[in-house]
Amino acid sequence: MSAAEYLLPYDFSPLTILVYILVLGLYSYGLFRMPDGERPGGGRIFTFTLGVLLCYGVMQTQFDYYSQYMFFVHRGQHLILHHLGPILIALSNPLPVLQFLYRQIPAFALPFLAPVGWVYKCLQQPIVASILFFGLIYLWLWPPIHFDAMLSRDLYWAMNWSMLIDGMLFWWLIFDPRSPITTRALGYGKRMLCLAVVAIPQMILGAIIVFSRGMVYDVYEVCGRAWPMPPDTDQLLGGLLTWIPPAMMSILGILIILRRAMRDDVNRVSHSTAYSTAHSTTKEITQ
Amino acid sequence: MMFKARRFLLLALLASFFAVLAGCSGDQENWNAKDISGLMPELAYQLTDTAGETVTAKNASGNIRLMFFGFTSCPDICPTTLQKLSKAVNSLPESTQADVRIIFVSVDPKRDTPERIKSYVEFFSDDIIGLTGTEENLRELSKRYRTTFGYEDPDEKGDYAVSHSGAVYVFDRDGAARLLVRPEQQSLDDLKADLTALAVEDT
Repeated sequence: MSAAEYLLPYDFSPLTILVYILVLGLYSYGLFRMPDGERPGGGRIFTFTLGVLLCYGVMQTQFDYYSQYMFFVHRGQHLILHHLGPILIALSNPLPVLQFLYRQIPAFALPFLAPVGWVYKCLQQPIVASILFFGLIYLWLWPPIHFDAMLSRDLYWAMNWSMLIDGMLFWWLIFDPRSPITTRALGYGKRMLCLAVVAIPQMILGAIIVFSRGMVYDVYEVCGRAWPMPPDTDQLLGGLLTWIPPAMMSILGILIILRRAMRDDVNRVSHSTAYSTAHSTTKEITQ
Repeated sequence: MMFKARRFLLLALLASFFAVLAGCSGDQENWNAKDISGLMPELAYQLTDTAGETVTAKNASGNIRLMFFGFTSCPDICPTTLQKLSKAVNSLPESTQADVRIIFVSVDPKRDTPERIKSYVEFFSDDIIGLTGTEENLRELSKRYRTTFGYEDPDEKGDYAVSHSGAVYVFDRDGAARLLVRPEQQSLDDLKADLTALAVEDT
């Protein structure tokens, strides 16, 4: 197989390709049209594009073939769809682009979009978002459901898309660039708590898979593996990928939020000192 | 007030989650094999039979079909599976037997010529349909049923092993995918019971 063929989709999905073209198209449209002062810098644009392309790569190249026939590659695919890709996209802070695009929506269309806003608000309750985040991992890794998902093309696509969409929602909630001090964004403490809450069930599940003696996911035996690898090794690697990198990402996330909280604190202190100094100066002048 | 509403939402979410789980495990017929109704598309292929003719799934429509991927140089899985399947079919009542067809699809077209497949399947039973095709067509068929196959590197004599699915895909008379049989896990009686139930179901 030539290098170009590796980049072609294994299971061609026009809808998936359309969505990716739309996302990148709207992002670039926003970049070109928005005022210079608001435009994100090169590093942020690169991070955003990298996140999007990583997700595209695991869905619409030959990587998808290996994900369907190797358990550990499948775990790697979900690590990108549910963690790494959305983390990069959220950290690139596409908010100014989104706000610019939002302003382009004609006023008459806004009431029709209101239900989307309600659903979004519901899903972004910290408790709901956290349960949804690890609940989806448990749901798709529930052995009978996992078996069906790997046999049915429709379920397989539903699984991958639900992981990607939920990943975007959760990590956007966590890495929302707006400060909770000046806006209604989720407080830093709650964000860190969410990260800790979702890490624990993932570690438990990963450990269960790693330490189970028998075959938990035998669908890969039924369907044939992409290359001859002992089933135990495949399952062990898959378990490790469910266990360790997500836990590390939660810790990294907590550190990033901690840094933001400290920076905000410093800003607030300097802001209030500046205010009180200014205030006392005026007082002195009036006296 | 806000707190109560949130708690209610949480409970509702949990309840619906378990309802979904319960729904997935409920109302199943008692098949011994894995029920794959609705999970996989109906039977479709365009391959070459043992006479060298191009055939499609329509050629054997109206029959219950047991499809199995393999290759004639296969040392263990293929012979044991074909033997088990033909034994199960041959032990059914005569009228049902005529309704059931075993389809053996060779995924090793380089070595498996139609003649070779013919003598191979005839060794097990007279009623087995032996098929193969271009690698492209075979890849398409295996992808349709969410499986794969691969070739290992040949040894000095040019022999090589082929990795393939060990499962048998069972389709009903209309060609709808119904059961996924794992021959190594099922007894002959279980297999017979499933086939009989399928045959009785839509006569």
